[in-house]
Amino acid sequence: MQSQFPLYPPAASNFAPRVDDLMTYLTYVCVFFAFLITAAIVYFFFKYHRKRPDEVGAPIHGDMRLEATWIIIPSILALSMFGWGAAVYVDYRHTPPDTLDIYVVGKQWMWKAQQPNGLKEINELHVPVGRNIRLILASEDVVHDFFVPAFRVKMDVVPGRYNTMWFRPTKPGRYHFFCSQYCGTNHALMGGWVTVMDPTDYAAWLSGTSGGAANPVDVGAKLFEDKACATCHIADGSGRAPSLNGLYGAQVLLADGTTVTADDAYIRESILQPNAKIVAGYQPLMPTFQGQLTEEQIIALTSYIKSLQSQPVPAKGAGIAPSARKK
Amino acid sequence: MSQTQTLPTRSYEMPREHYLNSSYGIRSWLLTTDHKRIALLYLVSVTFFFFVGGVFATMIRIHLLTPEGALVSPETYNKLFTMHGVAMIFFFLIPSIPAVLGNFLIPQMIGAKDVAFPRLNLLSWYIYIIGGCFALYSFSTGGLDTGWTFYTPLSSIYSNSAVTPAVLGIFINGFSSILTGLNFIVTIHTMRAPGMTWFRLPLFIWSHYATSLIMVLGTPVVAITLLLAGLERMLHLGFFNPAMGGDPILFQHLFWFYSHPAVYIMVLPAMGVVSEIIPTFARKPIFGYSFVAASSIAIAVIGFLVWAHHLFMTGMSAYSALAFSFLSYLVAIPSAVKVFNWTATLYKGSISWDAPMLYALGFIGLFTIGGLTGLFLACLGLDMHIHDTYFVIAHFHYIMVGGAVMGYIGGLHYWWPKISGKVYPEALSRFAAITLFLGFNLTFFPQFILGYLGMPRRYHSYPPEFQVLNVLSTAGASILALGYLLPMAYLTWSMRYGKVAGPNPWPATGLEWKTTSPPPTENFPVTPVVDWEPYDFPNRPDLGLTPGTLAPVPGDD
Repeated sequence: MQSQFPLYPPAASNFAPRVDDLMTYLTYVCVFFAFLITAAIVYFFFKYHRKRPDEVGAPIHGDMRLEATWIIIPSILALSMFGWGAAVYVDYRHTPPDTLDIYVVGKQWMWKAQQPNGLKEINELHVPVGRNIRLILASEDVVHDFFVPAFRVKMDVVPGRYNTMWFRPTKPGRYHFFCSQYCGTNHALMGGWVTVMDPTDYAAWLSGTSGGAANPVDVGAKLFEDKACATCHIADGSGRAPSLNGLYGAQVLLADGTTVTADDAYIRESILQPNAKIVAGYQPLMPTFQGQLTEEQIIALTSYIKSLQSQPVPAKGAGIAPSARKK
Repeated sequence: MSQTQTLPTRSYEMPREHYLNSSYGIRSWLLTTDHKRIALLYLVSVTFFFFVGGVFATMIRIHLLTPEGALVSPETYNKLFTMHGVAMIFFFLIPSIPAVLGNFLIPQMIGAKDVAFPRLNLLSWYIYIIGGCFALYSFSTGGLDTGWTFYTPLSSIYSNSAVTPAVLGIFINGFSSILTGLNFIVTIHTMRAPGMTWFRLPLFIWSHYATSLIMVLGTPVVAITLLLAGLERMLHLGFFNPAMGGDPILFQHLFWFYSHPAVYIMVLPAMGVVSEIIPTFARKPIFGYSFVAASSIAIAVIGFLVWAHHLFMTGMSAYSALAFSFLSYLVAIPSAVKVFNWTATLYKGSISWDAPMLYALGFIGLFTIGGLTGLFLACLGLDMHIHDTYFVIAHFHYIMVGGAVMGYIGGLHYWWPKISGKVYPEALSRFAAITLFLGFNLTFFPQFILGYLGMPRRYHSYPPEFQVLNVLSTAGASILALGYLLPMAYLTWSMRYGKVAGPNPWPATGLEWKTTSPPPTENFPVTPVVDWEPYDFPNRPDLGLTPGTLAPVPGDD
C-alpha cells in the first residue's frame, strides 16, 4: 500500500499510469544527465585542484565533435520527450464520444457540480468507475482550475467560455480535488473530494439523493418562459426565431453559409452574444442576455434545450442544416 | 579548508585617487554620471528590495509550517507571496546583474571611459527609484493580492487591494529597463577599444548584449499590458473582462510574451558571470567560446517564441500547444550547450577553490536541475498534472534563485576587489557559498515532490499529508537565509577593514583587471589597445603565471 512518504499520489484514472510512465522516463533521462555533469565537476574539482600558485591550465580551446555530440544527443532525447508528452496530451484534449456529462461551475470560492439528472453537489463530485466522464467547466467570476491529482488532469475554468476535460476513473475511492489557478482570498479552501463509485452504487446514490433537488429541465423551462424566450422561439417554427426542437447536437446552417454543431458552447454563445452567429434566414433581433443570467441558469436553459432534442422538428423554421434534417 | 591559491600574499597600497574618493558629498553621488557610481546606487537599491522580498519569503515559509497556516490570515498570506514576487522579480532580479555588475563592468571590459549615454544611465536609476516608490506605496497601503502575474479579471475587477499603484510602478520601472538595455547595446556597438573585436569580447558582454535585446524588445509589451489591466480597473474598460466582451486569456498571452523572456533577462547575465569566473579560476581558455557566445543569442531569440507554454491548461488549441511545446524544447538546447562547455572548461585546468568558483560551480549544479525540470513542464502530457503546482515553484526558484542569484552573488565576490579595492575574508566566503548551496537545495528540492503529489501553488493552507515536506522546506530556508546574510555582512565589513586587493588579484585576463582597483573615474588613463584573445592564460606573460615564473609582483599592472 501507500508508503509513509510516497513520491506519487494515488493513481485512479486512465491518464494516471500514462502520466506516471512519462514522469519515470523523464526522471531517468534527467537524473542521468544531472549525475553526469555533477560527477564530472566533482571529479575535475579535485583532480585538477591547483598545485602551484603560478600554475596555468592546458591550452584547450574546444572540439567540434564534442560540440556536435552534445547538441545532437540532447536534441534527440528532447524530441522523444516532446513526442511522448504530445501523444498523452492530444488524447486528453480529444474527448471520446459517449461521455457522461457533468457540469461544474467555479465561483469564489466553491465548486458546484450538476449531475446529468440535475442532482447538485457543492465541493463534492460523484462519478462511476470505468465510465468516460466529461466535465463542462464554467466560471462565474475569475479564472479557476479544476485539478484532480489522483487523475493527473486539470483544466482552467475561464469566465466567458466553456472548457471541457475528460477522464475515466479506474479505482473506487475518495480523492482530493483542488483549485489550482490562484483566484483570490480563499483559493486554498476551494477544493473538495471526488468520490469514485461502482456503477451500481452510483446509480443508487443518484436516485437515492435526487429527491430534493429541482430538475434542471424544469428550472430551464421556467426560465424559458420568464425571460420571454418562448415569444420568438416558437416550437412549431412560426416565430421570429428558429424552433429549438431537435436542435441540440444537430448541424445549424448560418447566414454566412457555414454550419456549426449546436453544442453547449454554441448555445451559451447564442444566449450571451446572439449576434455572433446568425441562423440562415433570420434577422439579428435577439437581445443579449450577458450579465442577466448566472452560469447555473445558462446550464439549466441548456438542459431544457437538450430535453427538446426528441421533440418533432418542424418542416420550416428550425434552423437546422438540410443535410442534418433527419431522421 | 586549504590556503587560497590566488589572493595576494603581498601587501598593496590603495591607489591615491579612484572613483570612490574623486569627489565627496551626497550630491556627488546623486548627480553622478559615472557608470561605476551608478552601479553602486543600484547595488544599494536592489539590495534593499532583495531584503524586502526576503522578509516576505521568510514569513511565507514560517506560515507554511502547519497545514492550517501558522502565522497570518489568508488575505495576508496572499499579499505576502504577491509582494514577494513583485519585489524580487521586477525590483531585484531583473535589474540585479545588468544594472549593478553590467553597469560597473561593461565599459571597463571593452576599454571605454563610460557607457554611451551617461546621463541616460543616471535617469534609468531615477526611473527605477520612482517605480520602486510606487511599488512600496502599494505594499504599505493595503498591499497587493493578485499574484505577481496579475491575471485578469482577478486583478482588474475582483481584487480589493492596491493594484493600481503597483501596476503603475512596474510600468514606470519598465522604462528604466528599456533605457539600460538601449545604453548597453549602443555602448557595445560603438565604444569598444581598438583591437576589441566581437570575438575578443568577454562572454559577459555577449550575454549582456543578448539580455539588452530582450529588455528593449520585450519590456514595452508588459508595460502596455499592465497599463491596460490598470485602465480596465480604473476606468472600467473591457479589454480582458468577459462580461464586457473582453478576453481574460489575451492578458495571459501578452503578459507571458514579456515575462517568459524576462526569465532570460535574469539568467543570461548570470551565465555571463559564470563564463567569466570559470576560465579565471581554472586558468584556462573557455571551452567552445563561439558556442557559448552564440547560445546566448539563440536563447534570447528562441526565448521570444515559447511564451504560451504557460497556457497549456487554459483550453488553448491543442495544435498551438504542440507548437509551443516543441519550441520550448528547442530553447533547452543552447542552455545545455553552455553547461557542457563550462564543464569541459574544467578539464585539465588549474582549479582554485576560491569563493567565486564555488558560487559558479554551485550555479551550474542548480541551473542544471532547474533547466532539466523545465523539460518536465514543457512536456504536454506531464504539464496536465504538474502545471500550477509546487513543481513549478521549485523549478523557477532553481532557475531564478539557484541560477540568477547564485550568479549575482558569485559575480559580486569575483569583482568585489575591483569594486571596493579590498579583499573579503576567504574562509568565511567559502563557508557562505557552501551554506547557500545546501540551504537552497533543502528549501526547494522537497517542493518538486510536493508538486508531483499534487499540492497547488499559492495555498495558504494545505492537506495534512503535505506537512513533512513543507517543514523540510522551511528548515532549509533558515539555512538559506544565513547564506544570504553572511555575504551582506562581510562584504560590507571588508570595505573598511579588508586587505587591499591590488589591480589583478586572481589574476584574470579581462581589460577590467588592467586598471587599478578601484579604478579611476575615467577607468583607463590611456585608452588600451587589445592584441590578445579572450581568456588566453598561456599567452599572457603580463599575468606572471607562465609556469616557472613567480606570482605577480606589487605594482605590476
